[in-house]
Amino acid sequence: MSLTRADVEKVSLLARLALTPDELDALTVQLGEIIRYVQQLGELDTRDVQPLSHAMDLTNVFADDTLLPSLDREQALANAPKRDAECYRVPAMLGDESSR
Amino acid sequence: MNGTPYTTVIGLEVHVQLKTRTKLFCRCSTAFGAAPNTQTCPVCIGLPGSLPVMNRQAYVLALKTALALHCDIPACTKWDRKNYFYPDLPKGYQISQFDLPMSRDGYLDIGDPQGRFPDRRVRILRAHLEEDAGKSMHDEVAGRADSRIDLNRAGTPLLEIVTHPDLRSPEETKAYLTELKLLLSYIDVSDCNMQEGSLRVDANVNLHLPSPSGTIATPIVEIKNMNSFRAVERALAFEAARQYQVWQETGRKLGDVPKQTRGWDDQAQVTRAQRHKEESSDYRYFPDPDLVPVRVTPAEIDAARAALGELPAALRDRLVTTYALDRYDADVLVNQGRPLVDYFEQVAAQCQDPKRASNWIQQDVLRTLNERGIGIAEFAVAPPVLAELLRMVGSGTLDTMRGRQVLQQMVDTGSDLATAIAALGITEMSDEALVTLCRELLAANPKIVADVKNGKQQALGALIGQARKRNPNADPTRVRKVCAELIEEM
Repeated sequence: MSLTRADVEKVSLLARLALTPDELDALTVQLGEIIRYVQQLGELDTRDVQPLSHAMDLTNVFADDTLLPSLDREQALANAPKRDAECYRVPAMLGDESSR
Repeated sequence: MNGTPYTTVIGLEVHVQLKTRTKLFCRCSTAFGAAPNTQTCPVCIGLPGSLPVMNRQAYVLALKTALALHCDIPACTKWDRKNYFYPDLPKGYQISQFDLPMSRDGYLDIGDPQGRFPDRRVRILRAHLEEDAGKSMHDEVAGRADSRIDLNRAGTPLLEIVTHPDLRSPEETKAYLTELKLLLSYIDVSDCNMQEGSLRVDANVNLHLPSPSGTIATPIVEIKNMNSFRAVERALAFEAARQYQVWQETGRKLGDVPKQTRGWDDQAQVTRAQRHKEESSDYRYFPDPDLVPVRVTPAEIDAARAALGELPAALRDRLVTTYALDRYDADVLVNQGRPLVDYFEQVAAQCQDPKRASNWIQQDVLRTLNERGIGIAEFAVAPPVLAELLRMVGSGTLDTMRGRQVLQQMVDTGSDLATAIAALGITEMSDEALVTLCRELLAANPKIVADVKNGKQQALGALIGQARKRNPNADPTRVRKVCAELIEEM
């Protein structure tokens, strides 16, 4: 699998990165090299290797359903670029306010 | 289908908020209605360096639900990041489950005792855990067109239950939702309060039209923003009609246009196209490195299944077989929830007359509960008392109408059975008193006597009301019998 300029453009849009045409060209080459590097793994015979979904050999790390203190509102909102007395404020979002 | 030239094909995604005290990956409260941004912490507002830890109870409740939906439970499940940008999603991704959901391949059976649609097995594609987003509120106060964000809800545990497109009408869809909600209340995993957002429904709908070259499908539309089961029914009915009209105008088929999302406008009673999310199919899921997989053993699954208790479908069957109720009656009782069924079973066992117990509970008891807006737990008449009353009605000591008055008296005053009967002045009429009363009635109503003699037995009915006016203790059955005998002798 090789990476096209269109792939990079699409991913940059999804990642909200505004790239110049020059940056797109450069990143297409650089990301392509990274993918080719990782693709070397494909040369290994992994038929007898168990699939892995996590790097640590741990499962079932749970916490009890016990309430702990939350941040107070002033702390929570401290880093907000824009806020009012109760809420974060962001540029208007219209239309889709339902669950995803 | 219902006289329309098409079949409506519907699949549902239901998000259910699980009844935990704390969030899915942090220990902030999930309580509804708190002041904005007072139930958040570094984990659920996505501050750098914070780490999520899975809520055990959320997994337990999800497992319970999945088993009640007859799902297969894979031995291993894991967490994935669903990446998208939205102001109510502080981390820039939602922790969800992609390729290894905690359950898959279940079903929920629905039916209608009144036969408005056929019994149907609705297949469940999967049920997976995920965290909720925050809440956004549009605010145009003082000309500022901002949105306000409250992150209290961010991180609340949701179980997303996805069906195959097996539903065929708005009525079936409502039945599925009603049955799902009932099931969730029986196993006590969610409040299912649509107003508070603890149960949310999105529907995928399109039409199948017969044609000489096979079935034609119209483009699939996802409907959102439906805030009640009634809204779901109406939105689907509207959307089916709309799609048929668009099909007639454009001839567009499935695949001709991208999948559209439409929002239900409950005020206007229409669906409206929503702005398309950008390139939205590409969520770039990848395993969340901050969370380890969950493994569950067959023994743990068996134990959870054994602890489920009796589910509504099995309970209906048992009421039909144990108490010889018909399916409609079993349905009414079971749909009221387990506490009412428990009440019924106690009354039925103690009065030895399940059919009568079922009738009285469905009519008199439920009416009182509805009128007063109370549950069976608050109902003033305990099962042994109602059972005793029904025994008296069954044996003829009290007629049905008097029985109803006694029940009402107990409900109104909270008194016991004997007190209620005494307060209403109820005593059994002696045979002599009853015969005297009947003779008086016949003497006063020669026309009725003549009618009965001419074979119009139903004319006797008019005498019963008169009898009760003269003496409320007059038992209608005995009045009818005695009057008939007296006329015979005349």
